[in-house]
Amino acid sequence: MSVRGKAFIAGAYEHPLRTIPNKTVQQVHAEVAAGALADAGLSFSDVDAYFCAGDAPGFGALSMAEYLGLQLTHIDNTETGGSSYLLHVQHAAEAIAAGHCHVALITLAGLPRSSGAGIGGAGRFGSAPEVPFENFFGLSIVAGYAMAARRHMYEFGTTSAQLAEIKVAAASHAQHNPNAFLQNTVTVEEVLQSKMVADPLHMLDCCVVTDGGGALVVVSPEVARKLSRHSVPVLGTGFAVKHVNNGRIDLTHTGAVVSGPRAFTEAGLSPGDIRYASIYDSFTITVLTTLEDLGFCEKGKGGEFVSGGGLQAPFGKLPFNTDGGGLCNNHPSNRGGITKVIEAVRQLRNEAHPAVQVPNCQFALAHGTGGNLATRMGSATLILGQEV
Amino acid sequence: MSFLPLADVEMNNETQPFWDALHNNTLLLPRCTSCASVVWYPRAHCPVCFSTELEWEEMSGRGTIYSYSIVAKGNGRWKESGPYVVAYIELSEGPRILTNIVNVTPSEVHINMPVTAVFDTGDDGRVLLRFTSVSTS
Ligand SMILES: [Zn+2]
Repeated sequence: MSVRGKAFIAGAYEHPLRTIPNKTVQQVHAEVAAGALADAGLSFSDVDAYFCAGDAPGFGALSMAEYLGLQLTHIDNTETGGSSYLLHVQHAAEAIAAGHCHVALITLAGLPRSSGAGIGGAGRFGSAPEVPFENFFGLSIVAGYAMAARRHMYEFGTTSAQLAEIKVAAASHAQHNPNAFLQNTVTVEEVLQSKMVADPLHMLDCCVVTDGGGALVVVSPEVARKLSRHSVPVLGTGFAVKHVNNGRIDLTHTGAVVSGPRAFTEAGLSPGDIRYASIYDSFTITVLTTLEDLGFCEKGKGGEFVSGGGLQAPFGKLPFNTDGGGLCNNHPSNRGGITKVIEAVRQLRNEAHPAVQVPNCQFALAHGTGGNLATRMGSATLILGQEV
Repeated sequence: MSFLPLADVEMNNETQPFWDALHNNTLLLPRCTSCASVVWYPRAHCPVCFSTELEWEEMSGRGTIYSYSIVAKGNGRWKESGPYVVAYIELSEGPRILTNIVNVTPSEVHINMPVTAVFDTGDDGRVLLRFTSVSTS
């Protein structure tokens, strides 16, 4: 069953703050939920489906449904790390297409900054079978991505300066976002001179650690038609699990090699049709590898593709992360998925900052990479359109 | 032994022979009697053909570095370890294994470097499988 055109993103909201002291995680979930529903022109009583992931407390959707006061016919706790919320859009579209619900609310919230959790946060994976074979070697999140970067450099000649171009483009966009955690532009030199965290990744190759959250409202075509707000149709969805595969892992590709083609096929589009892309940017290497895997350039040519302003809005080859992305703007709860969808919606509604708004942005792509490039990940691709 | 932290690792019936062997300076991994795959990480079934007929087999302990990173400063118990090397080594028998490269100057580590197993054992009996350069072992 294709979900093409069977569901619409009617509401999108990003929490404006990046440090939120003295609030609970569930409170921030409620704030972003209210924001997205107001954006859509709907209310809590209209919601009949609710989606959340591992950042939600307790039983997830069960606990949150009660806390928010929702009366539901459908819930989904799918957890794939930072990509969860893109997968939730796919699952919401499927549930809507199947007639199980009409108004689906998706929320993300977290307070890693105020709680001092740092990148990656505290996991709840203590009993997972892989833990004794991975977690006792000082493998920080950054070190995992650094190994992926190192192997990419070895196989394809990618350089640290090319990775730095990704941060430079993100920062050039973030200067226009008054809510961005980092609003200063940077040069390739500044990225290369920033502290080496896990060789070959520098401090400025890493995403920010922020409190905050975001929410989306996905609705049926019937509901979308009644709303005055510009709704964005879901045209294509793709998902893939990539794991260590019995110790035969290849560090140079992501699950996007599978999720991307699935989404393009469902949408009936190809990479050349995409005017704007939100690419998950936990680290610069995440972007580089994903761009190759989604087919925006040949495998191994990502370094060339991102150089010379290739990703800079509005006139680069492929304008990306025009809110400043996770590298500069926001990575709430150490999960950048929902903000990827939110900025794609802004672009398609022609509501991005004028300095970075892509002209005639007919088709946009949002991609999430949850988990770790060095071990297991959930890769989720969405292709969204402009016309209602 | 190296100077990196060791750990109290939780064992179970699926992994106990692996850990017991490390204490005897031996690397044992399950091999599938049905499809001959070496299984990593150890478990009670083969994730390639789903057979439960596995046999523990002694590995060479030799391999090469597939990728690595020099971590400037670790977290928690690793904070005082100084720069250390996290790596994936490709064992001669096939699996790519997450580990540390020890007893080598970090700047000398490189992809394809031949490595051999180090059964890194503390006085208290804790043990981890690490690797070092063949030339320094
Ligand atoms: Zn087998």
